[in-house]
Amino acid sequence: MTSDQLIGFFLLEEPNVQLVVAGTLLLCGMAALVGCFTFLRKRSLVGDAVSHSVLPGICLAFLISGEKNPIILLVGALVTGLLSLILMEVLTKNRLTRPDTAISLMLSFFFGLGILLLTYIQHQGNAAQAGLDKFIFGKAASITEADLRLFLYSGIIITASVTILLRGFYLISFDEDFARVTGFPIKFLRLALSVLTVWTVAIGIQAVGVVLMAALLITPALAARFWTHSIGRMLVIAALFGMISGYSGSFVSYLAPAMPTGPWIVVMATFIAVISMFFAPGRGLLARWNTRSKNREKTLLENILKLFYQIGEKSGQLQGNILEEDLLNNRAFAHDELRKGLKRLTSKNLLESNLLTYRLTNQGLQEAQRIVRLHRLWELYLQRYLHLAPDHVHDDAEAMEHVITPEIEAQLELILGNPETDPHNTIIPPRA
Amino acid sequence: MNVNDIQIVLTASLVTLACVIPGCFLVLRRMTMFGDAISHAVLPGIVAAFLFSGSLNGIAMIIGASLTGLLVTLLIELIQKKMRISPDASIGITYTLLFAIGVIMVSLLSNQTDLDQECVLYGDITLVPFDLGMWGIPRQIWIASILDIILIITLLVGYRGLWVSTFDPSFAAATGIATVFWHYLLMGMVSLSSVTAFESVGAIMVIALLTGPPATAALFARSLPRMLVIAAFVGIASCILGYMLAAWMDASIAGAIAVMNGILFFVSLLFRKILKK
Repeated sequence: MTSDQLIGFFLLEEPNVQLVVAGTLLLCGMAALVGCFTFLRKRSLVGDAVSHSVLPGICLAFLISGEKNPIILLVGALVTGLLSLILMEVLTKNRLTRPDTAISLMLSFFFGLGILLLTYIQHQGNAAQAGLDKFIFGKAASITEADLRLFLYSGIIITASVTILLRGFYLISFDEDFARVTGFPIKFLRLALSVLTVWTVAIGIQAVGVVLMAALLITPALAARFWTHSIGRMLVIAALFGMISGYSGSFVSYLAPAMPTGPWIVVMATFIAVISMFFAPGRGLLARWNTRSKNREKTLLENILKLFYQIGEKSGQLQGNILEEDLLNNRAFAHDELRKGLKRLTSKNLLESNLLTYRLTNQGLQEAQRIVRLHRLWELYLQRYLHLAPDHVHDDAEAMEHVITPEIEAQLELILGNPETDPHNTIIPPRA
Repeated sequence: MNVNDIQIVLTASLVTLACVIPGCFLVLRRMTMFGDAISHAVLPGIVAAFLFSGSLNGIAMIIGASLTGLLVTLLIELIQKKMRISPDASIGITYTLLFAIGVIMVSLLSNQTDLDQECVLYGDITLVPFDLGMWGIPRQIWIASILDIILIITLLVGYRGLWVSTFDPSFAAATGIATVFWHYLLMGMVSLSSVTAFESVGAIMVIALLTGPPATAALFARSLPRMLVIAAFVGIASCILGYMLAAWMDASIAGAIAVMNGILFFVSLLFRKILKK
């Protein structure tokens, strides 16, 4: 492998490379698109079973026609794929088996049948059969021009159908009952989605093979889900992720022709998914950890300020100097947590430290008053509108005080009529 | 039937028995897809153990596969809980990744070993009679028998725990039975069966043996012991019929056994319909 060849790959100089790359990109993009709905409808494993079930169809189509015409093979694949889907539905609907058993049974029966027929064909010694086994692990390198034409047409039809039926697919993925009562043709939509899925699978196995096809459906969709809340964007991102995986997979296939393409595409797709799981903003693990630790700090700081106000209220000196010990005696803080909080508040200029004592600054007093005010407003609200006993409202207010927004505060004031005291007859500090 | 045929059918039956024992519990617990996931995912463990010990049998293999089996179970739970992904997608993404890694490892090694992609798919049970172990009895028969004995002992010793945690997990938890332990024990058993079955029927057909016979037995059985016994008989019957089918078609035995399991299930379904009328 020389660097010239590598550059040649990236620039798509060789016609054969163009063919392979174009084919894989189409397949992976399509699969990711349809796979979004498989993923959202929580039917990933059904997708897995369907992928295994197209194998006997391909073999039967070959046995009957005696040639490897891609369109004939596709029809065969569609027939057994749909048959397996229907059988799963019948078994589950009539409560003959549990859903998971139905999936496993159909998966193993159809795949077994596929292997039986495949080995039967291979042992016949028919020269035309060579290459049928590429459907098991996928071999992007063997994509022909006739294949590519089929992929292209299928890609156009599938993308167009998804675009046209997007609203319906969206509804049956999230809220089937709502779709039914608003008069969407659910049965038609479900059938359409099934046909599109089986079709995509039947084509996609050329790249990754039947065993790993499920990954092409669900992994890009799963990764995309971490980046967005909108279905339209999710479809685009998933297709993009699928294509990136496909491109890298075909690259490996180019470097090492003996290597099966499918597993490499799957590894790449999973790599993207893992990155998304950890680093996606908002839903990723790191972002969630970050939010959680920020929230925890905010709660701690607000609780400390509140305590300063409460102690000051008792002594009549709202901005008096207070020892660390007094704070600990009045509320069960972990010692090092409290220290950390005090330091943080001092650096934020909400507290002033003076030898061993601390006192609220003017700014700190304002903030403390705000929190105590929210706490007491919420207590009053619970007592008046939820009719809770005055001694039952504290714990709930303790949590709510940290999350009430200024808008909610304004509404509380309005419905409570600018109250002056809370259920415990303590004064609600006025708005700053 | 000559000696070779009998040896092959016997191996298949022993392997089936090993799969049926945890398989019944998987079907009852609605967790057959975990079986599917584990049977795919032990592949990298098997290959790693092979690299480590240089042979396709022995302790390293069993340890390697059991560890990957437990790893899969852990990973699936982790993704489900920490990443908030639905169970089906967690299973799907985990096992496809591990299986893909396994296939890549196999294809990297394929010129040095007799482990190849075909073997991963449907095993090579036809070679059983040519690979002799102690006393002229095929090695595979030895391995499968020993694992059968281990699994049967585990079943007998842990019967109560497995039974209670399967049928009434909340009662089990309330009375202080460690349901998590039994869950992992069962997953360990599935891993062991998958390793046993791997060499003879391949990684993918294991699921046929894990779910086929128990699903058929569940149509008739009214108690767990009966389900286990019926499943064992159904499994053995499908091995014999499958072998005959494969011989007649000159095709893969593992594929034929999987097909026979499916056919027996559908025939039983019809049979039960007729009986009920």
